[in-house]
Amino acid sequence: MSAGRRQERQAGDGGEPSMTEQAYNFAYLDEQTKRMIRRALLKALAIPGYQVPFASREMPMPYGWGTGGVQVSAAVLTPEDRMKVIDQGADDTTNAVSIRKFFERTAGVATTERTPEATVIQTRHRIPEAPLTENQILVYQVPIPEPLRFLEPRETETRKMHALEEYGLMHVKLYEDIARHGHIATAYAYPVKVEGRYVMDPSPIPKFDNPKIAGCPAIQLYGAGREQRIYAVPPWTAAESLDFEDHPFEASKADHPCALCGAEDSYLDEVIIDDTGGRMFVCSDTDYCRARREAGHTGAMGAPYETEAQA
Amino acid sequence: MYVAVKGGERAIDNAHAWLAEERRGDTAVPELSVAQIREQMALAVNRVMAEGSLYDPELAALAIKQARGDLIEAIFLIRAYRTTLPRFGASAPVETARMACLRRISATFKDAPGGQVLGPTFDYTHRLLDFKLAADGEVPAAPETPAAPAEVPHITGFLNRDGLIQEEPAGDDTPPDLTREPLELPAGRALRLQSLTRGDEGFVLGMAYSTQRGYARNHAFVGELRIGTVAVEMEIPELGFAIEIGEIELTECETVNQFTGSKTEPPQFTRGYGLVFGQTERKAISMALVDRALRWKELGEEDSGAPAQDEEFVLYHADNIQATGFLEHIKLPHYVDFQSELELVRRIRAEAEAATSREAAE
Repeated sequence: MSAGRRQERQAGDGGEPSMTEQAYNFAYLDEQTKRMIRRALLKALAIPGYQVPFASREMPMPYGWGTGGVQVSAAVLTPEDRMKVIDQGADDTTNAVSIRKFFERTAGVATTERTPEATVIQTRHRIPEAPLTENQILVYQVPIPEPLRFLEPRETETRKMHALEEYGLMHVKLYEDIARHGHIATAYAYPVKVEGRYVMDPSPIPKFDNPKIAGCPAIQLYGAGREQRIYAVPPWTAAESLDFEDHPFEASKADHPCALCGAEDSYLDEVIIDDTGGRMFVCSDTDYCRARREAGHTGAMGAPYETEAQA
Repeated sequence: MYVAVKGGERAIDNAHAWLAEERRGDTAVPELSVAQIREQMALAVNRVMAEGSLYDPELAALAIKQARGDLIEAIFLIRAYRTTLPRFGASAPVETARMACLRRISATFKDAPGGQVLGPTFDYTHRLLDFKLAADGEVPAAPETPAAPAEVPHITGFLNRDGLIQEEPAGDDTPPDLTREPLELPAGRALRLQSLTRGDEGFVLGMAYSTQRGYARNHAFVGELRIGTVAVEMEIPELGFAIEIGEIELTECETVNQFTGSKTEPPQFTRGYGLVFGQTERKAISMALVDRALRWKELGEEDSGAPAQDEEFVLYHADNIQATGFLEHIKLPHYVDFQSELELVRRIRAEAEAATSREAAE
């Protein structure tokens, strides 16, 4: 998508892919399919936040396991790219491992766990803590692309609501939350309004990550395979989390520092460490945590970085 | 001191190695061959071909073997393979009127040209476990009779002559392709049928059954059910005429349904249609019933709000590969989302408790 990206090559051109892999095109999808997806991506970038229908293909992994993200990544990858795949912020969660392996096998691209070194990052449920740059593309895996779906199950209706910019129902829902609980009871997949027009589901990221969407220098692409939708937030685009003047949006996280690296500004996972209710909080972004420990930061329960590396 | 859990990659490799071992089962028992599955599990093979949308008994049998007999998993393997195949073109529509039938029955006429042919059916078998089969599966040859005259006319054709059944005019439109275009609603009948024929047998059966029990009841008679092989022909541009490229087995069901007439139409029978790869008659009959229920709008019937009348509901939920993927994805880690909910619930509870203790103090 960005300047300097070159034409695809056949998988057989470089490296020594096995018999099975040789049968497939670069990054698995055939060029016609990639072209179709790129057209959808361009339309999505031209109308920020609008859900573009696309003819999602059956992928060799199940629907709901990142097929949308995988198709978008396959359509934007070039042989020169360096790819990072995370799930829950971590590079070594099983499905992230599986998707990274898929692109290693079918595209032969270099991979990395380091956020600043990656050119394409596919993610499920998190935005990396390290700020992204203009040279990066962030690809989100999206289960249900429609932010209004849980208020109105019919696609025919929700498309009309978007067309008419009829978002009253969403505001009523948020208001009712406040009336009942004193808070907006949406903690993840918190809806944003993109560039003052379309209300968009940011995918099930914690609302802690919402502010990172707005004004991000990287291209943000969202792929929903089963629901056959692609949408996008172009670089430097406004994305406002829905709220009320007297109940402003708040990006919350567990009120602890990371037990391993001591970070106070990162989103934390809660880990149960014994059977008497003991727990600790650690960075969900494993690369951010590693980089901090490498730089000498140590949390209350963390070993100095060298010690762990030897263990 | 705590070291973060790692090793996802090795865990996956080991899990797959164990899976392969489990698939093979006890090595003292001879291994199943793909040919054995193709020949002796033919109805499973047919279902995998139908819902996998790929007519290839050999590959379907392989998929069943690889999937340890899990048919939805086998269908998934076929779908993922199918989507990578290049497309050379489209065949001419198959002529089911020229089907070489091995089964052909009508529930609406006692006899009709072409006759009633039961064929290899479970109907009228007594469902008693055949313990002899456990020891010895060999069977004597079934009695044979010369094949019936070449062409077996459709039963609904006879009703048509009297104008008693709604006309289905042929169209020249190229039907949409569900696998190459995103599903958009409202869907035409061709697209609905395409979705139903590859839809989950259990789902389509359940929807059809619901219409029989009164949720959009349309009182279907099986006008005709036929199973047999048809020739697949393709126009070759270089030749300028169509040539036969192969033969496939199909099950076709046409239902004849009551219709009381509307302001514009006199009372007349209407139709539901099912056409499925292989010998799959439960699916074909179910498909015909659901097809008929979904036609309420074009026939000027009332929307009774039944699930089987709801195109969006039926078409969005009939595909078992979409359904199983999304259902099973909830096994994947969700701890980031769960963590955000935990914090929210803790905060709301803390505030509620504080409010209660304040009230108690007052």
